[in-house]
Amino acid sequence: MVKTDSNQLAKSSPFKAWAINHLRTLIASLGTMTRQPASSLMTIAVIAIALALPAGMFVLLNNASNISVGWDNSAQISVFLKHDVTEKQAKKLMGKLRLYNDVNQISMINKKQALNEFKKISGFGNAIEALGNNPLPHVLTIQPVVDANRPDKIRHLLKQLNKHKQVELAQLDLQWVKRLFAMLEIAQRAIWVIASLLGIAVLLVVGNTIRLDIQNRREEIEVTKLIGGTDAFIRRPFLYTGLWYGIGGGVFAWLLTSLSIGLLDNSVEHLANLYNSGFQLKSLSLAEGVNLIGFSCFLGLFGSWIAVGRHLSEIEPS
Amino acid sequence: MIRFDNVSKRYPGGHEALSNVSFHLPRGEMAYLTGHSGAGKSTLLKLIALIERPSRGNLVLDGINLSSVSNRKIPYIRRNIGIIFQNHHLLYDRTVFDNVALPLIIAGYQHKEIGKRVRASLDQVGLLNKEKSAPITLSGGEQQRVGIARAIVHKPGLLLADEPTGNLDPELSKEIMELFARFNDVGVTVLIASHDLKLIEEMGSPVVSLNNGRLSHNDLEITSHG
Repeated sequence: MVKTDSNQLAKSSPFKAWAINHLRTLIASLGTMTRQPASSLMTIAVIAIALALPAGMFVLLNNASNISVGWDNSAQISVFLKHDVTEKQAKKLMGKLRLYNDVNQISMINKKQALNEFKKISGFGNAIEALGNNPLPHVLTIQPVVDANRPDKIRHLLKQLNKHKQVELAQLDLQWVKRLFAMLEIAQRAIWVIASLLGIAVLLVVGNTIRLDIQNRREEIEVTKLIGGTDAFIRRPFLYTGLWYGIGGGVFAWLLTSLSIGLLDNSVEHLANLYNSGFQLKSLSLAEGVNLIGFSCFLGLFGSWIAVGRHLSEIEPS
Repeated sequence: MIRFDNVSKRYPGGHEALSNVSFHLPRGEMAYLTGHSGAGKSTLLKLIALIERPSRGNLVLDGINLSSVSNRKIPYIRRNIGIIFQNHHLLYDRTVFDNVALPLIIAGYQHKEIGKRVRASLDQVGLLNKEKSAPITLSGGEQQRVGIARAIVHKPGLLLADEPTGNLDPELSKEIMELFARFNDVGVTVLIASHDLKLIEEMGSPVVSLNNGRLSHNDLEITSHG
């Protein structure tokens, strides 16, 4: 067929036409969504909640690991001395132990001092007085030099301490830290499982929304095919709609997470103050927030891609 | 332009909608396709628009054998065909302007150029003042003319129309047919399926008639090789 020159000139260069088409579709698909604000917002809200849940859990988990990392460094060895060791002997032993390479700091809790403190805190003052003598031994507390790469060093120190004849028991208060770490790891895995399931839920939500969208625009798809729209051209608005759902869902998920953490922050600070700790709840960092939105975009795009692949080819003009 | 060479179309289930149809519509010509409903007029147009594929025989459009065209090439072939439907096939969620602009958007025209061409096209069908209207607010004849404006806006080499006057009164029908004749005057090849024999007679273009899927009357030359 004869194509006039003016026909050729009026058309943009292939790349420019392609770029213009993409930009046009990107904006048009946003316009289509804003024309049905209620249903669009509902879809976005579902995505946002589904993503905010695991994101919030991750934030709490990260905070928990941060606390425990601090505690890990302050691992402490309690050395309980034998009951018949006098205060003088205990001080002499302390002087000896201070010279050990692996001992960072050492201090002593006098048995009298310990008893007074215990009376004050426990409220068992009268009962303890009834015992007549002090049941508590002198205790030395040691801050070992912590070398994360050589955990066996602490164990070695512990063995040496236990060999002293004046020592009843030397004990590392680290077991609970290990347990906490194990629990955190379980929690982390659980969150991954939950996050994966909710991610699949987001895919299904977006896929289903796009499927309905395709059905509602059946007429438009047929007409577009009849006047020469390529499959890529027809696919594009649906993919961009999915992308917008992803962006919207991601942004709202970020807001929801930050808001929820913000609500917890006051209570956590109060609790931290009770423990004389300056601990503060950290919310999502900028990078984590951007990652969240990126992940959400991916889910939106992937979900719509699945729906488009399954349902668009079913529609042919007849 | 369009060459049917012993073309048959059998639908799944065994119904043969076209049997051994042969004719040749040269470039720049205008012809009418007639026959009672069910005679195969729509099937014939669908074969040209690649909505259906022939079961047997060769169908050549503008030098391209449509029997062997891959699905990927279909959109590009359709871009050189303007199709007009009896039921308009307009998109009711957008304005007249946006409906007419669709073929240009698909082909990637620039924004300024789209405006110019859409208005020129609406001007040709006498609807320049309706560009911002919603199609639903227009009368049947006006909607049909929007459909025509959309079919010609990208200046296709071939216009196909399936019962374009089916729902219109005689006076409006004549106007529409005259519109097609004007496009033909500027070199567009036109094929119109219609059962309005009286109107066709008045227009005086060659007629191809179908009866039960077979050619019963043919003013055009029968396809010969060469």
